[in-house]
Amino acid sequence: MKTLMAAVMVAALAWTGSALAAERPRCAVPDYLLLSEYRLNRVFAAVSKQPQASLRIAVLGTGSSALAGPDGPSSAYPARLEASLNQRLSGVPVKVITLLRTRMTAEDLSKDMGRLLVDERPDLVIWQTGTIDAIRRIDPDNFKTALEEGVERLHNGGADVILMNMQYSPRTESMIQVGPYADVMRAVAQHYEIPLFDRLGIMRHWSDVGAFDLYAAGKDNVLAARVHDCIGRAIATLIIDSGRLQAFQLRAAQ
Amino acid sequence: MHSPVVVATTTGRDLRLDLFRGIALWLIFLDHIPSNVVSWITIRNYGFSDATEIFIFISGYTAAFVYGRAMRERGFVVSGARILRRAWQIYVAHIFLFAIYMAEISYVATSFENPLYAEEMNILDFLQNPDQTIIQALLLKFKPANMDVLPLYIVLLLWFPPILWLLQRVPTAALAVSVAIYVAAWHFNLNLASYPSGVWYFNPFAWQLLFVFGAWCALGGATRLGPVLRSRVTLWIALAYIAFAFVIALTWYVPGLTRYVHLPTWVENVIYPIDKTNLDVLRFAHFIALATVTVRFVPRDWPRLNSRWLRPAIVCGQHSLEIFCLGVFLAFAAHFAMVEVSGEVWMQFLVSALGIMIMVATATLIAWYKSLEGRSPTARPKQADADLAGGEA
Repeated sequence: MKTLMAAVMVAALAWTGSALAAERPRCAVPDYLLLSEYRLNRVFAAVSKQPQASLRIAVLGTGSSALAGPDGPSSAYPARLEASLNQRLSGVPVKVITLLRTRMTAEDLSKDMGRLLVDERPDLVIWQTGTIDAIRRIDPDNFKTALEEGVERLHNGGADVILMNMQYSPRTESMIQVGPYADVMRAVAQHYEIPLFDRLGIMRHWSDVGAFDLYAAGKDNVLAARVHDCIGRAIATLIIDSGRLQAFQLRAAQ
Repeated sequence: MHSPVVVATTTGRDLRLDLFRGIALWLIFLDHIPSNVVSWITIRNYGFSDATEIFIFISGYTAAFVYGRAMRERGFVVSGARILRRAWQIYVAHIFLFAIYMAEISYVATSFENPLYAEEMNILDFLQNPDQTIIQALLLKFKPANMDVLPLYIVLLLWFPPILWLLQRVPTAALAVSVAIYVAAWHFNLNLASYPSGVWYFNPFAWQLLFVFGAWCALGGATRLGPVLRSRVTLWIALAYIAFAFVIALTWYVPGLTRYVHLPTWVENVIYPIDKTNLDVLRFAHFIALATVTVRFVPRDWPRLNSRWLRPAIVCGQHSLEIFCLGVFLAFAAHFAMVEVSGEVWMQFLVSALGIMIMVATATLIAWYKSLEGRSPTARPKQADADLAGGEA
């Protein structure tokens, strides 16, 4: 009888366990991949400012920060990030604007920063870069210099910075060597003590655990939109954690 | 089929060289397959140096062994000409691999429609100016991913005749020249230019140190170092350094370990970045430490060297140019199979195992061809022997 009860309990526990796992979004990210020890102080100041709290975020990036098609702008990660933050932060309107420059290297992107800072006055800039530099095989030292100049320009312009690296793209992995560029981005982020959103590691994790089939070659807009939704939510979590915004978070939306 | 080993042992060839070069070729192959779980076994994850160091050192050692004898017996011009012919063969092999790479990348670029990767589909961007790019590839300035080792090897061989000449007369001076070039490369940032920008991934001015050091060891340096290598103190220093490198390497891969292994900032400032392009001193020292320990526990007359279990690695090491090129191609093919069929773990094991089996089978086949040629009545036995070894320098 005892054995039977134990068996039933184990089965019940296993069932609740799997039910909980199923409820968790498929794109869960382990903390060590996502969270950063560095703080976003300007974000905290903007959100805690009384009486008019608000948060302005600018995404500065290349083609992989966008999706094509009529639903593209609303399904790409910048829009998903905005939706996720607005849902999770109470009483803080969040605005995410994007400045996209397709086929641009880090050096090209950093030239646009002055205007971005003046026009938009963002509290936080998410700088997505590296892919084009890797494709064109720009010298990693030049890439590093461009990154450093860009980060300093953004800091001087009064914005917090998050660096975002490349996508994990298994199909082109043997042709585009992103490794050295990802290493440079990690080093620069550490040097300036700013968070790095490790898109490469996170997407690789999703691929490894089977959350998404990133090997797919076909024209699958649903997959692309899902991945971007997950990226947007993950960045929202990083911003809340690094900006110490937990106090502003709605309990229900967690 | 046993002839290569028989020939090798009778001419005093050190089978350890073939064994470890063969293993290095396997490891390079495994490391070149992206997202391959099997590459966790390769040494780059457990210390500072990787299989490239083994490959370049042993290549320098065997080049000196083979061409050094040719230079003593037939003079500078003949051996120099043979070294240049070898460099030409490697150049042709490199261009052949480039053609295969172009075929693969063009196919992938046109068959890839996933909207998530619109940006990565621009992989052919580098071909915006094909006239430029292809000429730069012929000039060894444009080198696709994973194709950096052969150009390094070509440059090392082009420079080898004079250094070999000096090594045979005043070995210490040759080594001093090599060290001076290495130091100058670091001090003045010497490197060859790449296309479209940047420098060579393997800086020949730095990596020549390992090649020349290998050659120096082959021409009597190893004997001179004997007392040092046999000392207990050396062994303990080497083991301690390997352990240190192992702990540092672990912190790269095990998140959270930094909480227990906290390096003082000044240590971090000293060791990082560990520069592969310029053959960081830490990498060089790590290779020397590994070699010291290996030489101690695997003596030249180790009976197992003739065991059939080590034959597959030895036969690969004896035909290193062919097997290296095959490995680069197989890594492309393995990745292609993973992309087209499945990228799951079982597939990663399968393509890794299959690739090594193909390398071994091909090496065995080449050995068989060479043994046929060696037995043919027109070939003088001595010539065949030089070819066997000379073909592998």
